[in-house]
Order: sequence, then structure tokens, then C-alpha cells
Amino acid sequence: MNAPVKTPEERKADLQGMGDSRLRKEDARFIQGKGQYCDDIKLPGMLHMDIVRSPVAHGRIKRINKEEALAIPGVHAVLTADDLKPLNLHWMPTLAGDVAAVLADEKVHFQMQEVAIVIADDRYIAADAIEAVEVEYEELPVVIDPYAALEPDAPVLREDLQGKTEGAHGPRDHHNHIFTWEAGDKTAADAAFDHAPVTVSQHMHYPRVHPCPLETCGCVASFDPIKGELTTWMTSQAPHVVRTVVSMLSGVPESKVRIISPDIGGGFGNKVGIYPGYVCAIVASIVLGRPVKWSEDRVENISSTAFARDYHMDGHLAATEDGKILGLKVDVIADHGAFDACADPTKFPAGLFHICSGSYDIPAAHCSVKGVYTNKAPGGVAYRCSFRVTEAVYLIERMVDVLAQKLNMDKAEIRRKNFIRKDQFPYNSAFGFEYDSGDYHTALEKVLDAVDYKALRAEQEQKRADPNCPTLMGIGLVTFTEVVGAGPSKTCDILGVGMFDSCEIRIHPTGSAIARMGTITQGQGHQTTYAQIIASELGIPSEVIQVEEGDTSTAPYGLGTYGSRSTPVAGAAIAMAARKIHAKAKKIAAHLLEVSEADLDWEVDRFKVRGNDEQFKTMADIAFAAYQQPPEGLEPGLEAVHYYDPPNFTYPFGIYLCVVDIDKGTGESSIRRFYALDDCGTRINPMIIDGQIHGGLTEGFAVAMGQQMPFDEQGNLLGNTLMDYFLPTAVETPTWETDYTVTPSPHHPIGAKGVAESPHVGSIPTFTSAVVDAFAHLGVTHIDMPHTSYRIWKKLKEEGVQL
Amino acid sequence: MAKQIVKMTLNGQQIEQLVDSRTLLVHFLREQMNLTGAHIGCETSHCGACTVDIDGESVKACTHLAVQCDGSDVKTVEGLAEAGALHAVQEAFYEEHGLQCGFCTPGMLMRSYRFLQENPNPTEDEIRLGLSGNLCRCTGYQNIVKAVQSAAIKLQQKESATA
Ligand code: FES
Ligand code: FES
Repeated sequence: MNAPVKTPEERKADLQGMGDSRLRKEDARFIQGKGQYCDDIKLPGMLHMDIVRSPVAHGRIKRINKEEALAIPGVHAVLTADDLKPLNLHWMPTLAGDVAAVLADEKVHFQMQEVAIVIADDRYIAADAIEAVEVEYEELPVVIDPYAALEPDAPVLREDLQGKTEGAHGPRDHHNHIFTWEAGDKTAADAAFDHAPVTVSQHMHYPRVHPCPLETCGCVASFDPIKGELTTWMTSQAPHVVRTVVSMLSGVPESKVRIISPDIGGGFGNKVGIYPGYVCAIVASIVLGRPVKWSEDRVENISSTAFARDYHMDGHLAATEDGKILGLKVDVIADHGAFDACADPTKFPAGLFHICSGSYDIPAAHCSVKGVYTNKAPGGVAYRCSFRVTEAVYLIERMVDVLAQKLNMDKAEIRRKNFIRKDQFPYNSAFGFEYDSGDYHTALEKVLDAVDYKALRAEQEQKRADPNCPTLMGIGLVTFTEVVGAGPSKTCDILGVGMFDSCEIRIHPTGSAIARMGTITQGQGHQTTYAQIIASELGIPSEVIQVEEGDTSTAPYGLGTYGSRSTPVAGAAIAMAARKIHAKAKKIAAHLLEVSEADLDWEVDRFKVRGNDEQFKTMADIAFAAYQQPPEGLEPGLEAVHYYDPPNFTYPFGIYLCVVDIDKGTGESSIRRFYALDDCGTRINPMIIDGQIHGGLTEGFAVAMGQQMPFDEQGNLLGNTLMDYFLPTAVETPTWETDYTVTPSPHHPIGAKGVAESPHVGSIPTFTSAVVDAFAHLGVTHIDMPHTSYRIWKKLKEEGVQL
Repeated sequence: MAKQIVKMTLNGQQIEQLVDSRTLLVHFLREQMNLTGAHIGCETSHCGACTVDIDGESVKACTHLAVQCDGSDVKTVEGLAEAGALHAVQEAFYEEHGLQCGFCTPGMLMRSYRFLQENPNPTEDEIRLGLSGNLCRCTGYQNIVKAVQSAAIKLQQKESATA
């Protein structure tokens, strides 16, 4: 008996293509302890590296004594900047056009800076030996505050740059000045302010925070002296970029450098940069001819690898009396630490901060960002966001709230009034972005209805009127737009390489497939979702599609995974590569069915002869034929490569609402409700999207409510362990409610916009909006993060709130 | 460094190994026994990525010496599946999307495995508290909580099936 014929819908469901909440392919190994992370790699003859770090934040190195360390049995080498100098490796270029010390060259610029390395038989001996390396420092005056750094008589931090009046991004007007970057039209913005009936201003600090993925950074470098080949397993979000840089630095031809990003225990922007630890392990392996492993510990991770934010912002809005925004001006002092090591597209030293006009139709806008050196660790990476978009969204959302308060308008009302309307897309912002698509009004009403906004406001009013109410209630509302998917190579490059991404797909004769990309998953589930795109495009079940990433020897060149670029850029490359295969498959089908291509229709997993359901060829039939009997004039095989250079960014958006209750006595806050509506365009795997949103909201909660990296006057980082640095547990973490609308991107092959960072970007100002709202009736317009109980308690006292 | 002989039951197998007296359990497991499931996220007892089960208790292997396990019964994530069948907590984490990067997962699983024996029928708050020694940076815990709830039901069903 024949198996019952499946309907197209059933066949479609079998594919587990786009839109399916398919369970994750990567999980099998992780739940059985069989993931392979960097520190799991063990090679024969492998040595261990540890790093001697500076206890002072600014000082001159007077003397380094290695003798005692070298005398420890099992120690193979101790290397300092002097040892790297002959190789010209004591400094390295950063992605931001600056240089950074690999090992401190005569001077240290921040606490925990790398000063020397020790290579030993095992990690215990290496740890003993770093204690035995004696370093003598002459302490120099420390500069922690970026405003103080710009004083005329501030200490000179970067002596290596002295006298250089031109930096990578234009003129430098002070010895601690890195760049000043501007966007928008200053004359137009000034004019808008000159005539505006209402203006508001607010200063705010977005604190320095650290992405702190659960796995720290590390690598295993293995140089084969006979073949001259260098293989390095590395916790990298961008292995191809690393390969290019390593080749440039080491002189080993790029074809002999292989960078492998194995399983990565979370990145969140922390694993984009190239750290001294990686470079030193590679040098040590080349020098010693043996594999060398470096695994940093948590204190090293928080103190010395890339931080995020640290933006001191002054925002100004001009508006009409009824709340229509006329102009925006922003001035930022950006604390970049000791070296400019941001990982932004080359031409954008402040990333995409100029998305700071947000979801609003603002006719005139200008922003200026000034980068400054201080005695802190370098970084300034995108912590789960697209290049400073988090700072931008925070700025504009705070400013709109401040304006609403001044005008005594409701937060929702002022947003409705200023939103870019659906019919204005594609919309050209005053900063020059072309927003692809959006429907903000519909999304806002959906959220307000879902939470019964009116009832919440009524409850708040009642509580404010009741002196015996033990809590202050705050309602936060944020309506954000992100810019992700960097990016079009005409504007976006890293070290001169355009920010395209790539995909190679091969269909095997039996109809299964392998796809390789230039991106790398760090938990986003690429092995699952990328297969779903191919399944829908080509009618091959997801289950038989293997996805490989992260090995530069097999994957096509790509710029990696950060800035929510995987779906917008690599996702598009996948669809386009699949479409090349589809076009060839159609030719083969026509040949097999002896009809012309024009007579064929595509249905789920097959080409059918129009009007005849019985005559068809499935993708599996076609795959076999491609290897067995391709039509004359057509190459055998069925594979394609596509490098996708996006025509534009994508612009995901969302509407977030949060209700917070603050204990008047203790300052403790409790997030009663958090409702997150996201619009990321076409949805590939709803289960994974929800998971990404939960995670992003939780990271946003951490940033807003507790994360900070405080420094004392001497430049000591007061909080570089998980004891002090706030990572929420399951107990503090609120329960999240998620919702969505779908406004596809018109320029993306499958209409997808990217999602993983929206919840981080959007939630942070929502928490601040809620906390400030709890105090709004007292005339408070802004409170800086983090909103810890202690800081809220101090605010309660300041405002004279009685229990 | 002084070496000691340590005997223990590791994932059901009797083993006898020579270890440095200062070797931490997590390094012993990962480097000497090649069981790399237990991960290192902090080495200060905060993150729980290194959680294993020793004599019926959850223990953070980063702050426990291997020599302290002499005579103990130690179970790691590699020993969770029995006779090729996944444990209920493993199934549930997979089905409820309770993991993303997977780095916290072995610790979460080992803690959930023990927690559900301590409290076979927990409330959501009890689960959150029970897992509060384990950090996850990716999932926001919501699906982890769901996974533990689902594993609890699976285990109860198994229990009643064999009763
Ligand atoms: S590594 Fe053991 S608790 Fe973090
Ligand atoms: S899944 Fe990444 S830390 Fe939990």
C-alpha cells in the first residue's frame, strides 16, 4: 500500500522551516557536557600561560626581575615588552585606529594592565610564577574622570602620542583627547532651539559596565614549526577578522593562519576585540614551538577586557507648547580608557550613536561625541547592542520623558504625537539614516491595551494620594528604534574590510546539505535557525541541514557575530545563496520533466508542471540528478556561495512597559510587571526569539538596576569579582511578558531585522523611566543608573519621602 | 608538590588517582579525568558553572579540593544519562529551551537534579531560590524555571509508573 500523499501544508510542516519553533540542534551536546569550549581543548605537549598585571593605574616601570620566576621548576619562559620589541609586537593596532600595548612598554596606563607573561607546564605553576616576577613601579598621577582628563594641566596619559595633533578620526586638541565626532546639522538644530517656545536639558551618565559572559576569554595557540602553520582556538566573535589581524601582526601568511572559534560561552560584545592575552599566547607558541593555552580568570575578565558605555551625555530638546519636538542637540564626553579599542565600523568612532533621534520625526538634530583617554581599561564595545545604540536610545527616551514632564503630558501621548508615522517610511532622519519600515502607533496601542495603561495610571494616582501607602509606584514606557545589521560596505568597514557576510551551501546527491557562514553563534542558535531559512528556501528538511561556522579554514570570509548582524547580514546571504541553488535546480527540473522552466511552479519542496500535480521533481530528486545527469551545458553539482553586502541597515523596534513598586522605607524595588513587544520583522524561530528576549531583558535589568564599575581616586576598580559585580540570579530576575508585531524589512531578502539586542537596548531606559516615574510627582526628572536599593533609598531621603 | 592517592566513585566507576594535594576538584575532573562538562566561570563559588554532586549534595567543584573527595561518590553531568537514556532534567532543558550558550548548563542540570530530589514538587519561587547559586547570562532563567517544572512532572510520572 502506498503511503498516504501528504498535503503541501503537511510537507511544509515537515521541513521545520521559517516560523517553526524548532527545538535546538546544538543542545544535545550541551546537555551532556559535550560542548567544546576553549578551555576544554587539550593538545599534546600543551603549556599554560598566565599574566603578570599592574597593581597601579598609572606608573612607570622601573625594573622587572624574572630570575626568581624562571628558577621555578616547570617554568619555560617569562616574556616582557622588551622581549616583544625585536618582533615589533609590543604594541598592536586596535580596531579603532589607535594602538594598544600588548605588554606594557615602560609605562602602565590602567590597573590590571598586562606587564609580563609566564609560560609553564601547568596552570598552577604558571600562577605561582607570576607571583615571583618582581616589578618595580614609579607611580604617576591618576586620571579617572574624563572631564578632569581634559583640563589643560591634566597629566599626559599617552606619552607615545605626544605632539600628535591628528588622530585616526580628525584633529586632537588636547593630549588626552582622542577625537570629536559630529553628525547632523548644527546650524539647523541651533535655529530650531532659537525659536522654540519650550526647551529642556538633562545631563546623564551611562555608567561603565562590563558584558561579563559566563565564559571568560581564552585561547589555545598551536604553531607548527615544520609546516609554518598557526592554528588558534579562540573565544572570538569574529574569527576571520582575527585571522587577518594575526597575519598582519605575525607575518605568517593568512593562508597558514587558522582561527577556530569553538563553542562560545556567551559573548555580548566582550569577545569581539583582540586582547593582549591572545597575542602573547600566539607569540609564546611560535617562540617555544609548543601549544600554549591561556584562560583568563573572572577578575582579569572584568578588569581588563572590553567594557561598555561610560558616556556622559547632555541632551537638549526644543518643542512646541503642545509637545511637538522641533529639535535635538546632544553633547557627549566618551570615556574610552587608556587606548581607543572600541570595535566600531572604522568611519564611526561613536558607532551608530546618531540613531539618537529615535522613533520620532525630529526635523533638526545635531550630536557631538568627544572621546577621551583616562587611566581605565580600554574597550567601549557594544554590550549586547549595535555600536552605541544603547546609549542613543537611552538618551532620546530619557529626553522625551523629561519633555513630557515639563509639559505635564502623558508619556504615551507625547510619543504618539512625535512618532514617525507608518506612511512616512522609508523615512530619512535628520542624522541621515533611512529607516526601512515601522508601525509604531499600532504597536504602542497594543501594549497600552494589553496592560490596561489607564487603570495603571489610575492606581498610581490613588497611591500617590494615600500618605499611608508603603510604596511608590512607577510606570516606565519606552518606544525604541534600533539600527542593526552593519552594514553596507559603502559606509561600514572594519580595518578596511567591508562589513558584508557570507554563506556557502552545498546540496549533497542524496538531498541533505551543509551550509557554512562567516558568523559564529555564542548561544543564539545559528545551527538551528540558519537551517530553517534554507529549509524554507529549498524545501530540504532542517533536520538534514548541517550548519558550520567559526573555522576560518572552512567557512567563507565573514565579519562575525555582534551588533545583531547575523540575521540581517548572514541571514540574507543564506537566502541569496539558496536562491542561486533554487535557480539552478529549476533548470534541472525542467530538463528532467522535459518542459520549459516557464511551465514550472514551485511548491514547498518541489517543482511541479503547471496544471499537473502528478508531474513533479522534489529537491531531493533534483540533487541526485545534479550529480548524475545534469542537463547539457550546466555544470554538475549543486552548490552556491553568496557574499551579501546589505543595501541598508535594518531598524527593529519595540514598545516596552514596566511597573515598579518602590518600598518607601528601604528603597528596595520590585518589578511588578514588564511587558515587551518587539517587532523584528519576519520571525524565523519564535521559541528562540522569546529566549533571546528573556536573556536580553535580564541583561538590561542587570545594567539598569545594579551593574557599575566604580573606581577610586587611585584608579582601583572596586568591584571586579562576581561578589561585587551584579549578575542577577533567578531570584531577583523578574518574570517577562513578551509580545510582537511583524513589520518586515522591505530590503531584506526574507524581511528579517534581527532581535537579540533589542531587549537589552530597550529595557534599560524602561527601568529608568519607571524608577523616575515613581518620583515624578516630586518634580524629579532624572536619576542616574544603577538603581540599586541604596541609591534609591538615598533619593527617598533627599526628596523627604516619609514612610 | 605532595601527591596523594584519591579513591572515589566517579559517575558510578571506582577510580584511584594520584593527585597534587592542592588540585581543585574542577581541575582534577577537567584536566586529569577529561570530564570537561563542569565549567569554570569564576573560581570563587559564585557562578555555579562547576556544580557537581558529591554524596548527595550539590558542590561547587572550583572551591573543593580533589583530595576532599577521597571515599566519596561523585557525579558530574557526564554521568547524568543512564544506559543511554537522558535524565528527565536533560530532556526538559532541551524541550523548554532552557539553554543558549550552554556554558551554565552542566551546573544548572546538576543543581536541578539534586534540587528535585530535595524538593520533588516545588513552587516557582522555590525553584528560583533553589537555583540561586547558579548564574546564567543568556536565558533570563524563565525557561530554566519552566524546564525544572517540567522535569518535576516527568520525575513524578516516572515515580508513579514504577510504584
Ligand atoms: S566556577 Fe565554581 S562557582 Fe564559578
Ligand atoms: S546558557 Fe549561557 S550562561 Fe546560561
